[in-house]
Amino acid sequence: MSIKKTIGSTMKLNRRTFLKASAVASSTAALAACGSKSALDEFLQKNFRFMSKQEIGEVIQRLETQYAQQYGKEISVSAKEALPETFFGYALDISRCIGCRKCVYACVEENNQTQAPQMHWIQVLEMEKEKGIDFMDANLYYQHEEVPHEGHFYLPVQCQQCKNPPCVKSCPVNATWTTKDGIVVVDYNWCIGCRCCMAACPYGARHYNWGQVELDPETINPDTHYLGNRPRYKGAVEKCTFCIQRVREGRYPACVEVCPVGARKFGNLLDPDSEIRYILENKRVLILKEELNTQPKFYYFYGT
Amino acid sequence: MKFIRFLKECFKVIVRGSHRYYIWLAFLFGVIVWGSTGYIQQIKQGLLVTNMRDPISWAYYIGNFTFLVGVAAAAVMLVIPAYIYNWKPLKEVVIFGELLAISAVIMCILFVIVDVGNPLRLWHMIPGIGTLNLPSSLLAWDSLILSLYFVLNLVVVSYLLFNHFYQRETKKRLLNTLILLSIPVAIGIHTVTAFLYNGFAARPFWNSALLAPKFLASAFCSGPAVLIILFQILRKTTTFEIKEEAIWKIAELMAYAMFINLFFFAAEVFKEVYSDTEHLVHLEYLFKGVGENRDMVMWGWTSLIISVIAFLLFLIPATRKNVITLNIGAILIWFGVYIEKGIALLIPGFTPDVLGQIYIYRPSLIELKISAGIFAIGFLIFTLMTKIAIAIIFENFNITSLKKKPA
Repeated sequence: MSIKKTIGSTMKLNRRTFLKASAVASSTAALAACGSKSALDEFLQKNFRFMSKQEIGEVIQRLETQYAQQYGKEISVSAKEALPETFFGYALDISRCIGCRKCVYACVEENNQTQAPQMHWIQVLEMEKEKGIDFMDANLYYQHEEVPHEGHFYLPVQCQQCKNPPCVKSCPVNATWTTKDGIVVVDYNWCIGCRCCMAACPYGARHYNWGQVELDPETINPDTHYLGNRPRYKGAVEKCTFCIQRVREGRYPACVEVCPVGARKFGNLLDPDSEIRYILENKRVLILKEELNTQPKFYYFYGT
Repeated sequence: MKFIRFLKECFKVIVRGSHRYYIWLAFLFGVIVWGSTGYIQQIKQGLLVTNMRDPISWAYYIGNFTFLVGVAAAAVMLVIPAYIYNWKPLKEVVIFGELLAISAVIMCILFVIVDVGNPLRLWHMIPGIGTLNLPSSLLAWDSLILSLYFVLNLVVVSYLLFNHFYQRETKKRLLNTLILLSIPVAIGIHTVTAFLYNGFAARPFWNSALLAPKFLASAFCSGPAVLIILFQILRKTTTFEIKEEAIWKIAELMAYAMFINLFFFAAEVFKEVYSDTEHLVHLEYLFKGVGENRDMVMWGWTSLIISVIAFLLFLIPATRKNVITLNIGAILIWFGVYIEKGIALLIPGFTPDVLGQIYIYRPSLIELKISAGIFAIGFLIFTLMTKIAIAIIFENFNITSLKKKPA
């Protein structure tokens, strides 16, 4: 038994070193341009889900050095794990939302989305009151002097943090998954950029870095999380994370804080005294595209 | 050792050829270089150089990929009657269908590679090294079955040619097992590719149970259409031989496949139009336009009309057996299916997008450049392999003929 085991593990080791070596060899040409050890480490970096604590530590150190060089300022990258006994949920009061798009821009500021072309994790749709929630007649590009516009209401859509997420299912490399506290996250270093998840998402919540990520070092938010708002890469997918860097520190997501009419509510679904639980129990909520069985944890309700 | 000798001799075959052959190779190399410049630009600037954006996140590259999976699957079209019914005229040319399949699969893989944002990270998909998401990701399945199909065809073709070269008897049982195995795998590559789209509940245009059957039916048209044209070109320019009746047989089988394809299409149109739900909008976008946006309408109708004409040309024996109408039919089918898979499947599936917004997509010059480059690579591989196969099968290129010549 023990002999077998040893043989097994040496074989494994050999195979691994061999594969590692061949992977290194095949990529040397491409990496020669960068030339540095950190580029090689980045190339060989494992999937975040399967890293040990130590490996995570090393990766974060490398990222922080890299970001400091790139943006000329200190950017902290946290890998804080889910808080115990938490499962996040979100609720949005359709009757209050005025379509001012403050949430859209607060999100961009907080989460360091690329600026060219500008990426928005929150899409505010303008809909006709007469038609109700009807995507086919919705307008994403409304421009008015003043909002709300007569006869219209507004439906902001962002990642619905599904309990049965079709995006996670479609990813060929397990680069996206649901965390213990119920957030669907992406390992931006593991994503190959195939965009299956974008085709799979019924809410248009996943966004792609089509070009080089462009961030202004002046306005960059330096408090980041590995699975959240750290600067991203060309060719990788990203999405709303409920501001994982904030909510795991016990703060509200940026969009909740900025909403001038208090239409956005956020909290722990496992806490019976939370505001989100109050809304679920006392208001009548709806979810988008319920027929697709995605089971969002992002609820819409009519507060008044 | 023997195999290395075989490869060496094959290499000698491909570097020797007529003027026409060299011009053709030079042309292909030119296109490949041209395409590579596009790819270099794409690597530097990202997929921003394409016209894909968040609302239409897959487009021309993946459309070509889908079309070529169909072409690759078509080798089976020749394998089935040739081997199961032992139908001689076809059996002789089956190997060329397989060569086409190999070239097509290589093009498929290249189209996926150029579509991926981080090609260097593709090792994440290698089973055992990366973290392939099985069993739930359809792209994971697709990568596996395409690789299997590629290896199978490569093994069968090399084994056949190698034995032919050394004038040895092939082990019939082994060969037949491999060939029989390649039939379900060929159906598998196209079914799994269809399932890749089919599985997205978010996209009603693809979320129809008819998608995989329709994929197969159209592949059984487009693949043989490519072969019919290639066979005639080869017959004109090389010593390649094929009997007329083999070509007619292929054309007849294509007529049946096209009928099934059109019938499935009609069934889908009926379902959408009669039930008249909001899902109809994608079909409307393809054939009528939505609001001001009529970008797809021309493609939708062109594809449908030429497919119907081609069907009629192949159905009627007189036009099927006439060289001119036969070739017109083959070209029409090729274009019809190319538009259907390359454009009319993907773009209306994404338009309007999941939030009801319309983004107008047209491939950028770089997308066209890169795609041309990939097609040139495919043609190059097919040309070289065909040259070897023709030399071995029709030109008495083998070990004895080499021995006779003084070294």
